[in-house]
Amino acid sequence: MSDSESETDLEGLKRGTDLVKRGFARMQKGGVIMDVVTREQARVAEDAGAVAVMSLEAVPADIRKRGGVARMADPGLLEGIIDEVSIPVMGKCRIGHTAEAQILEATGADMIDESEVLTTADERYHVDKREFTAPFVCGARNLGEALRRIDEGAAMIRTKGEAGTGDVNQAVTHQRAIQRSIRKLSGMNYEERDEWAREHEAPRELVHETAEMERLPVVNFAAGGIATPADAALMMQHGCDGIFVGSGIFGAEDPQEMGEAIVSAVNNYDDPETLKEIAKDIGKGMKGQANETMPEEEKLQGRGV
Amino acid sequence: MRAGVIAVQGDVSEHAEAIRNAAASHGVDAEVVTVREAGVVPDCDVLLMPGGESTTISRLLAEEGIDEEVRAHVDAGKPVLATCAGLIVASTDAKDDRVQTLGVLDVSVDRNAFGRQTDSFEAPLDVTGLDEPFPAVFIRAPVIDEVGDGVEVLARWEGDPVAVKRGPVVATSFHPELTDDSRVHDLAFFRQAYADAGDGGERAVDEGAAADGEPTAEADE
Repeated sequence: MSDSESETDLEGLKRGTDLVKRGFARMQKGGVIMDVVTREQARVAEDAGAVAVMSLEAVPADIRKRGGVARMADPGLLEGIIDEVSIPVMGKCRIGHTAEAQILEATGADMIDESEVLTTADERYHVDKREFTAPFVCGARNLGEALRRIDEGAAMIRTKGEAGTGDVNQAVTHQRAIQRSIRKLSGMNYEERDEWAREHEAPRELVHETAEMERLPVVNFAAGGIATPADAALMMQHGCDGIFVGSGIFGAEDPQEMGEAIVSAVNNYDDPETLKEIAKDIGKGMKGQANETMPEEEKLQGRGV
Repeated sequence: MRAGVIAVQGDVSEHAEAIRNAAASHGVDAEVVTVREAGVVPDCDVLLMPGGESTTISRLLAEEGIDEEVRAHVDAGKPVLATCAGLIVASTDAKDDRVQTLGVLDVSVDRNAFGRQTDSFEAPLDVTGLDEPFPAVFIRAPVIDEVGDGVEVLARWEGDPVAVKRGPVVATSFHPELTDDSRVHDLAFFRQAYADAGDGGERAVDEGAAADGEPTAEADE
């Protein structure tokens, strides 16, 4: 063995930079992030091939049923799940609840989801995510919302499909809206892009950057209502970088089977023959509730725009 | 040159861009293909194993039957660059039964050796073969704790190997693909390794059966 005594430059070491935070999100691409509420579920998710788990007190479908104020989960739960699995562990804080986010970071969360699934803590402002070393993921229904979150420091964007419904249609609507705006921007000249930025209350540098890259400057996942391997494949076909599954795994008849199937479906999203095999004999998906039968006031996606 | 990026999960497009840039700087036209199923690797001249989650990647490589093809690629003496999770998957031992390693690089690794994401960092790093320090990005990175015979250590962080080379395989625990600096890709594919594979590939195949994961000294640098 020949060694090169490379010198390390501790002086130049930087943590929590945009590169490091967005880089973490990039490592999740092509993966499935699964909601879990216990250590045992976290283990099942890891064994099924999840790239990360999202620890929370109750899955969105149960949060809906239960009603009341939905808050950050007990940090002890996050700690327990961190001990249980080797993959990244994420936690949810309320929109604008900086203190919950600080507690999640101190507990060791690898990424923080500032989430509309929980009750909104600040009607006006989101958490200033640039102040944190841990990266954040935020939901968005359209490009303006996505770019405002990125401007606040979000390292990853996800659609804001109606959580806990098992109905994918809102995730599709949001992803289509984001893609449509990016296509529109790419065809615009400089002045038109500036005008678009003003009209949509979007930070103009990010508008120009997005138009030139022809994609969001951060990783873009699908979330909300994804309940089957076919749903996951559909969102990948819509250009998402990966998938969050909430109630869809542990609300299914056989969570291990469903988890494995969704992981395989993401890898084979454009291969119908293989998808057919993946979707076979995996037990029933979660029951869910169709978005069109849901009263407006019960919808979560309007929180934190 | 046909470059295959293992694409079952992880930062695939970043590697695709980095290999294109490295190739272009040598006037080589790289045809980049993504590998999500069996049957693609055998036609590739070089392979890239991206970062991501090693548990997920190793599981899908086995499920899709890509694992054996990667071993055959290395046995044939063809170049590979593996980064972070790619390094873990390529290693002989990750000390964790949740990861099925391919054993194409004779090192053992400690997963998540630096801690959690808040401990992830970027820093300039001296790498053997590069004139200027490399902007290394470590994300929940592994370190190499033991290296086998013939493994050349190209860089260390606080004493632990974080970049190694053995025969046609170069591996780093950091992510050269996250920066627009393609020198590590250049090092892996356009210096000695690729030149060797060009005329040495046939020979390596002949010896490959005998070597069978225990490459002889001649296969080393």
